[in-house]
Amino acid sequence: MTAFYDFRDMRDASTEILAPETVLPSEPENKQMRGAEILVRGLIRNGVDTIFGLPGGAVLHIYDELWRFRDEITHYLVRHEQGAVHAAEGYARATGKVGAAIVTSGPGATNAVTGIATAYMDSIPLVVITGQVPLPVIGTDAFQEVDTFGLTLPIVKHSYLVRDVRDLAAIIDEAFHIAATGKPGPVVIDVPKDITGIICDKPRKRFEPVLREDLFFPADEAILDMIADRLIEAERPIFYVGGGIVTSGAADELMKVVELLQAPVTPTLMGLGGFPTAHKLSLGMLGMHGTYAANMGVSEADLLVAVGVRFDDRVTGKLATFAPQAEIIHIDIDPSNIGKVKQPHISLVSDARSALERIAARLEARDAAELNAGKAKREPWWKKLKEWLDAVPFGCTYSATDINPQQVIEELHRLTNGNAIIVTDVGQHQMWAAQFYPFKRSRQWLTSGGLGTMGFGLPAAMGAQLACPDQTVVAVVGDGGFQMTNQEIITAIQYKIPMKVLIMNNGYLGMVRQWQEMFYDRAYSEVDLSVSPDFVKLAEAYGALGLRATTPGELTEVLQKGLAHDGVTIWDIVVTKEENVFPIIPAGQDTRNMILKSAE
Amino acid sequence: MRNTLSILVANEPGELSRIVGLFSARGYNIETISVGKTLEEGWSRCTIVTEGDDAVIDQILKQCIRLARVREAKSVTSLPHIEREMALIDVSARTPDNRSEIKNLVDIFRAKIVDITHDRLIIEASGNKEKVDRFIGLLEPFGMNEIVRTGYVAINTLGSAAARTMAGDSTS
Ligand SMILES: Cc1ncc(C[n+]2csc(CCOP(=O)(O)OP(=O)(O)O)c2C)c(N)n1
Repeated sequence: MTAFYDFRDMRDASTEILAPETVLPSEPENKQMRGAEILVRGLIRNGVDTIFGLPGGAVLHIYDELWRFRDEITHYLVRHEQGAVHAAEGYARATGKVGAAIVTSGPGATNAVTGIATAYMDSIPLVVITGQVPLPVIGTDAFQEVDTFGLTLPIVKHSYLVRDVRDLAAIIDEAFHIAATGKPGPVVIDVPKDITGIICDKPRKRFEPVLREDLFFPADEAILDMIADRLIEAERPIFYVGGGIVTSGAADELMKVVELLQAPVTPTLMGLGGFPTAHKLSLGMLGMHGTYAANMGVSEADLLVAVGVRFDDRVTGKLATFAPQAEIIHIDIDPSNIGKVKQPHISLVSDARSALERIAARLEARDAAELNAGKAKREPWWKKLKEWLDAVPFGCTYSATDINPQQVIEELHRLTNGNAIIVTDVGQHQMWAAQFYPFKRSRQWLTSGGLGTMGFGLPAAMGAQLACPDQTVVAVVGDGGFQMTNQEIITAIQYKIPMKVLIMNNGYLGMVRQWQEMFYDRAYSEVDLSVSPDFVKLAEAYGALGLRATTPGELTEVLQKGLAHDGVTIWDIVVTKEENVFPIIPAGQDTRNMILKSAE
Repeated sequence: MRNTLSILVANEPGELSRIVGLFSARGYNIETISVGKTLEEGWSRCTIVTEGDDAVIDQILKQCIRLARVREAKSVTSLPHIEREMALIDVSARTPDNRSEIKNLVDIFRAKIVDITHDRLIIEASGNKEKVDRFIGLLEPFGMNEIVRTGYVAINTLGSAAARTMAGDSTS
């Protein structure tokens, strides 16, 4: 294996990091401040104007400062800390900026854990401030004490327990830097209450970003030429692209490379939007519920160009039979992703954007004749791919009596002109949204891919809507996941955040039911949700617009009405109860064993 | 395959648990671990002996280097190196004969008697894995009361360090 490293442009493309100045003009060097003020000023200095949280004893000093600084930083009071972190994630996923959340010690921190883990698995930049009991009582099982540092250790990119108020300013600056650079991720700052109350006259440290030269050094020109050669020569290439395209803002560069080559592209669930689904070079999504063409294509490819991906098991199925004929080029910013599950033949440790930019430049420098010869060589490949695309298109059956879930997404797509930001929860509806809403741009599709967290959708949509006030933001959720975090509807009402929530109500924990149907002889063990609240009344109780559709004839009007509403809409769309997501590659199997439709 | 890793990590609270946590979370075993300060203030050298083929070791090192407070992670084993462990051994010595036999072994193994009572000796021994294991094996018949071992520390020899610099080697 050849490994090369590239440090150029390590930062997330759309994340602006302010110069790390410990002392700003507005903060006279000699001004004495208590820790809480240093903390809040630190947030503001790092560009935070929106923070989600819920107060408690350990963070009272900080909340006192948030109150004083309320013109510069808006705090959104969630109703559960999981909602705070998901909302911050939604904000970060929609913009690429670092999301911020603040919770109290003990139960506040444990409630935040699911959100932190969700962000960690999807490499989402977050800074989460957790309160902690005062330093002198740490370790005594004090009231509301929990070892937050220890608890979050395996699910953070980095974390701090602040032990000296003089370090606080530097810690905050560094936390934002670490969260946003390289492969982004959540950073937890655990702040003991006494630290926030102590007066500090002078910081002890000042944060200076250092280039991790041990991790990143410039790629040899030779390797880029080698990659360009392989790309031109390949007869059956496929670009397998993931979240790294979105994170690094590499959509344009990717487009340029594949258009020069006329090579097919398949995004992962996390890569959706990084390449327009409807583009003629797109094969649609790869993996367990991906398209037939994409999965067959990878099985038959002679060159797999994996960019910003980690060979997740939901994509590869059985590893031994994944891309069995292909030479693999793997480009990823995280050196530990290279060779973690699949050994590439050529690898480049680099952010996707700068790698693709440089590859594009090399391709452009080649003879047109050479490029054309390559394209001609790939004509039989395209013929085959088109056959696969035509053989098994995504499709749904329409009925006169029942609303099909796929049809709901198609209609939503039509009525939003394909422009809405779609946030999902986890389950069947998530896969249908991925399959039936063609995405046009990065950050238009927000989903919990790695951890698969039910309850993510609604609060994340709230964060995304705040970040993008001019866009239509729709949370597509199941009747199961909706009930995990629906308390945040009231947060959206309180702050007039006009998000739309579409409940795909099938009366089941649908995705689990589907697995039980297919792999457990229809033993529907504990998946029945037929006893649920009246979601329309629930919406109304919160002060939202509640709308229901139960027949196909009502669907369009109900969706239109909800979209036109200038506030929070909750749709209860009652859909076919036992519809399944197809295609499906049973977990851990050869991707060619794809099941295309129901057994009957 | 046994492999000795050398990791340069910031001497800050919690940083060691991050490394140890990474081993357990990813299912790697730690055979021995030892940590000590280095010449550079604020930085500690952590030596971990673990099991794994080249691919596993490569993955462990990459996972370690990803940590914000790890500055260097390398396998010492792949290049010429010296590895040492120290053991403190509390062994029974009930008769004068036993005592002189043990004294003999101590001399042969260049160990040291550091404490003595009428029926027991405490011995300090150091060396590579084989040497310390063998020494302990030979003492066993006398009756062991307690053994405390430090875990290994390791350093690449000057020749290999020079070769590395010339080849412009990376961490992996
Ligand atoms: C917090 C959490 N608990 C359990 C699961 C396992 N799980 C995955 S999908 C699913 C069913 C989701 O049901 P619903 O929200 O109604 O959506 P549907 O699949 O019906 O669209 C469950 C329980 C999960 N992903 N997350």
